[in-house]
Amino acid sequence: MAAFITVLFDGVAYGSLLFVISVGMSVTMGLMRFINLAHGAFAMFGGYTACVLAQRWGLSMFAALPVVLVGFAVVGAVLERVVYRWVSKTRPLDQVLLTIGIAFIATGLATYIWGPYQRALPLPAVLTGQLHVLGVDLGIYRMFLIGMVVAITVSLHILIERTRFGAQLRAAVDQPDAGAGLGIPVDRVFTGSFALGSGLAALGGVLGVDVLGLDPNFTFHYMVYFLLVVVVGGQGSIVGSAAAAVALGVFDVVGKYYVPSIGAFLIYALMVVLLLVFPHGLFRRGR
Amino acid sequence: MTAPAGLPPGLPNDRWHRWDTALWLAPIVAYVAFPDHLVLGSQIAITALFALSLDVILGYAGIVSLGHAASFGLGAYTAGLLAAHGWGEPLTGLVAAGAVAGLVGYATSFLVVRGQPLAQLMITLGVGLLLVEVANKANKWTGGVDGLSDIVMWRLLGVFRFDLAGRTGYIYSLVVTLAAFLVVRRVVSSPFGLSLRAIREGAARMPALGAPVGRRLVAAFTFAAALAGVAGGLLTQTTQFVGLEVLSFPRSAAVLIMLVLGGAGRLYGAFVGAGLFMLMQDFLARRDPVYWQLWIGGLLVAVVLIGRGGVLGIAETVRARRAARGPR
Repeated sequence: MAAFITVLFDGVAYGSLLFVISVGMSVTMGLMRFINLAHGAFAMFGGYTACVLAQRWGLSMFAALPVVLVGFAVVGAVLERVVYRWVSKTRPLDQVLLTIGIAFIATGLATYIWGPYQRALPLPAVLTGQLHVLGVDLGIYRMFLIGMVVAITVSLHILIERTRFGAQLRAAVDQPDAGAGLGIPVDRVFTGSFALGSGLAALGGVLGVDVLGLDPNFTFHYMVYFLLVVVVGGQGSIVGSAAAAVALGVFDVVGKYYVPSIGAFLIYALMVVLLLVFPHGLFRRGR
Repeated sequence: MTAPAGLPPGLPNDRWHRWDTALWLAPIVAYVAFPDHLVLGSQIAITALFALSLDVILGYAGIVSLGHAASFGLGAYTAGLLAAHGWGEPLTGLVAAGAVAGLVGYATSFLVVRGQPLAQLMITLGVGLLLVEVANKANKWTGGVDGLSDIVMWRLLGVFRFDLAGRTGYIYSLVVTLAAFLVVRRVVSSPFGLSLRAIREGAARMPALGAPVGRRLVAAFTFAAALAGVAGGLLTQTTQFVGLEVLSFPRSAAVLIMLVLGGAGRLYGAFVGAGLFMLMQDFLARRDPVYWQLWIGGLLVAVVLIGRGGVLGIAETVRARRAARGPR
């Protein structure tokens, strides 16, 4: 029983990471129907940046988090303005090809700069070790992860439900044309949410070095997971993405722990079944 | 994809042109000119056939698939398993490869055709990944990660042995690819093919014209899956090896890239794209695989942002100098 709770806990932590990384993609997919298969690249480069910061300047992970968040938000905004903006929103094939191209470039660049090996990021001493709670061993780092995710989810929720930007975002998700007609700068809202999503993905990448691992194949390796969170959660839905990500994380970790012989099979089967049963996701905004 | 600009109304003309003869003479010239590169040549022919099968669903029917290697791999494993278990006759093996891939394609097509583009993409991707895992776990039959290598092919038509230089393999692949090309050309030029294009351009309006969208797409998907299976079977028979790679996502992505590079919805785009891609890969990847990924990525971005329609699309644009372009 105690072992099961530990595994469950790991699954929740893992799912939380998936959520942080994919939530931005969910918003941009829901908002502009933009299929971004290269979203994981932000997480990968975020992770690498933190490693470099730690190695070169001895920056701890805590210090790297805000740097990466802001830095990659800027990178995301620039990319959106320079590249993504020019791709037709009505032709999914173009989006798929462009973003696969970007994912290839990201993979190549990462291999070129950092080599094909796995990277590790030293965790701050405070976050290492285990905590005994009611006879169950819980990793402190994983508790920290879950705490971070709860904080991020709450802030996102406030941002989207309580602020002006959030209201514009919601309006643009539900009815982009009507929103634009009412004077909402849909373009700028999109750039803003794209930047935020990129920053969060990079942040998730830093947090995830220890759990997800980090090597140049990261983007392609986790692509399915991120897509799955978005599609199952319902595009543009924060709560849906969170629920889907945690469920996915638990399912994956528990599956790999208890029935390792089936391995990844489970997750792909789950994906196909969920897509069939809920073609529009579990939670869907608008419509 | 958009329709190739300037298509004439009515049924497309599939009459054999002088250009067609010239193009199909090229492999014969290659056979004489590059006798040491016949293995690469047959790989190109097989890959072109694979890209051609994707063209049917992507270029004509407008279905975005990220898991087309599933059909290819099914064909490859079917041919491989048959040959490894004592039935090494090539032609029937090829038919079986196409049949198995077509059957599975038919079964999955119902899941694929009903969804939005994103759902299509996810389902095809999911089915592809699922099959990789199945093949990986069923290593008793498939050899898992090590692949299936005890494949013994009988003589082609009972006469031609599959030789090491790949002469038989080259001609065999070419003839099969040509035959498939003729079939595909006939199919896409038929009223059926025209209805596929119409569905791509406006699926919502087709039922009003009395065209059953779902059934047409199922038929196209099944046809494409069977063709891809034949391509996979060819690869197995000519290389006498099957690895997990035949089912993998990189293969699905690569074939998509080739088709788009050459020009989707244009039949010869598959050939141009596959040829370019394979030659570049042979040339560049041998130096440094890292640069190869950068190249591929850069090419894709360029094709989407600048060169819509790939090589053939650019050629058409140059010829038709901005002919009337459809509304966005």
